[in-house]
Amino acid sequence: MASLGTYSWKVKSYDEVFGGKWYFRMSPYRVLALALVGLMAFSMAYRLIMGLGPATNLNDHWPWGLWIAFDDLCGIALAAGGFFTVFVAHILNLRQYKYIARASLITAWFGYIVVSLGVLMDLGRWYNFWRPFVSWGYHSWLFVVLLCVVFYQGVMTLQFGHIFFERVNAPRLKEIFDKILPVLFVSGIVIAFLHQTALGSLYIAMIDRQNPLWWSQWIGLFFFLSAVYVGPAMCVFEGSLASVAYKLDFRHEVPLLAPLAKVSMWVLIIYLVLRVVDLIYRGHFLDMFNGTVPANLFLAEIVLGVILPIILFAMPAVRQTTRGLIVASVLAIGGVILNRMNVVFTSMYEAMGGSYFPHWVEFSISIGLVSLLIMAYCFFVENFKIMPEEHEHHH
Amino acid sequence: MGYGFLFDVTKCIGCRACQAACKQYNDLPLDSELDRRYPRAEWDTPAPLTGYTWLRINARLVERGGKAEWRFVRHSCFHCERPTCEAVCFAHAFYKTPEGPVLYNRSKCVGCRYCMMGCPFSVPKYEWNVLFPEVKKCRMCYERVKIGAPPACVAACPTRAVIFGDRGTLLHEARTRISSSPGKYVPYIYGEKEVGGTSLLLISDVPFEELGMKTVASGQITDRPVPEYTDRALKWTLGVAAVWAGALTTLYLATKNQEEKEH
Repeated sequence: MASLGTYSWKVKSYDEVFGGKWYFRMSPYRVLALALVGLMAFSMAYRLIMGLGPATNLNDHWPWGLWIAFDDLCGIALAAGGFFTVFVAHILNLRQYKYIARASLITAWFGYIVVSLGVLMDLGRWYNFWRPFVSWGYHSWLFVVLLCVVFYQGVMTLQFGHIFFERVNAPRLKEIFDKILPVLFVSGIVIAFLHQTALGSLYIAMIDRQNPLWWSQWIGLFFFLSAVYVGPAMCVFEGSLASVAYKLDFRHEVPLLAPLAKVSMWVLIIYLVLRVVDLIYRGHFLDMFNGTVPANLFLAEIVLGVILPIILFAMPAVRQTTRGLIVASVLAIGGVILNRMNVVFTSMYEAMGGSYFPHWVEFSISIGLVSLLIMAYCFFVENFKIMPEEHEHHH
Repeated sequence: MGYGFLFDVTKCIGCRACQAACKQYNDLPLDSELDRRYPRAEWDTPAPLTGYTWLRINARLVERGGKAEWRFVRHSCFHCERPTCEAVCFAHAFYKTPEGPVLYNRSKCVGCRYCMMGCPFSVPKYEWNVLFPEVKKCRMCYERVKIGAPPACVAACPTRAVIFGDRGTLLHEARTRISSSPGKYVPYIYGEKEVGGTSLLLISDVPFEELGMKTVASGQITDRPVPEYTDRALKWTLGVAAVWAGALTTLYLATKNQEEKEH
């Protein structure tokens, strides 16, 4: 708590801070972001009216493209900041992390809504999205993914009820939401864990098609572990962005985030060891040195995105400075993004053949979804009690 | 055991009557030459299947005793004994029938295209230019097979390079052909072991690797059904989730009490 005491801004009542009105400040950046959201709306309409053929460059060689790689695999991995901080703040009950948990809960919640919207665009017969619940395709990892998306969505919405009914004055409803919170926290983390695992495990079926540097019976575990270690890194990244946008001093958050970075380092080490052991066990360890494009990208992923962050996070001199913390976090995040891209594209191109480069409609929907996410985040930060530490309801 | 095909590479003359019969019986249009999604293949360029070409005879130039020779290989759905497409489909749109064919139910399909990603032989293809596309592939002419008639491609073959029958009988026939003319065939039945066994079997006088096929013998494809790999991980899901939930609850209760003591 001591570190938070240095915050210069006072915690006021809701009406003092917000004047009781809903509020959205405009700026040139926000105009641009909203324009991108508008372009996305147009692209979505185009995709829904014309079909996947004219709207995308997906083809028989590459049935999965940018939307699966970026919106789904990267998006869900990066939303993992949400469940990591909930774990630290509410399962380990470390109170000083509670306001960070709130901020990343919001990003994770909107992240999931945005991802669902993106995936719906990717489905050829999207009106059938409810079918798996009836046909019960329990033998597919995609079924696990669907269950997780739906249930996590529900759990996060209920968790948000706790914040929502603070702003929208309904004390009795808030009391109910407060009571069920521990159950929601536990189930949220379990579902998020399953979701990461399931997204990775989708690729178990690609045995002998996916490059053995990435294919593994344990790919689900690797996806999970990488989502865990990217959680603290995302907190650092989002925190630094928010402090620029809202003119807060990020230095005050460093003492809070540095211990999380150390946790991240240990998870990175476990991840690295398991991946190396798995490669040696399957007899493909030396593949990474054969000089091919996939081998080099694999080395880039491991050296820049795993080994370098381990070294940087391990040095207190780096971990406890603003710049060091941000650089190491960005490397870890970049490593996870590269890993997901490698899983979808690099590791598959030898088996798939053909070629694929996303259509502008695909790009505009992916970019528009990110803009929408940022705008929604700003709206909620400015209208709900996300940023300041919570004091009132402990009295 | 269900029905299957036996394709003999030594007997195929590359006339592609089967390909024409397949298009005709299933009422499939030509692939648009203007569509960049479809291959613009010359007759001798091996090309993948498309949404409207469920069967293709690919020509391969191989070296035999210092001479270059043509070989013709059938590419179509292998109708696996335990299909990957069925296992990966979360809407259960694919299913293996007792008669042998692996069929697709359009009304259940969500259009996620996981089947296209998972199929070890890249068989399922998509109707990219349709608003609500279907996944398309060989159906082993199910309506004909059900009443005991051979599929259209088998009926059209002038050299009996592809024959139709019970999979067990066809395996026996393949072994008989290989053993009765020693030295003629590669002693290998493609599809006997690949991904746990397929209903399309092939025998050949040139190694299958030279025909661009992944064999179990070369270690490029597994001899176990792909669903075994996914199931092996899936069966742990609920247990691990339960242990995880238990551990988190314990941690929550432990740290909560600690905190109360401190206050």
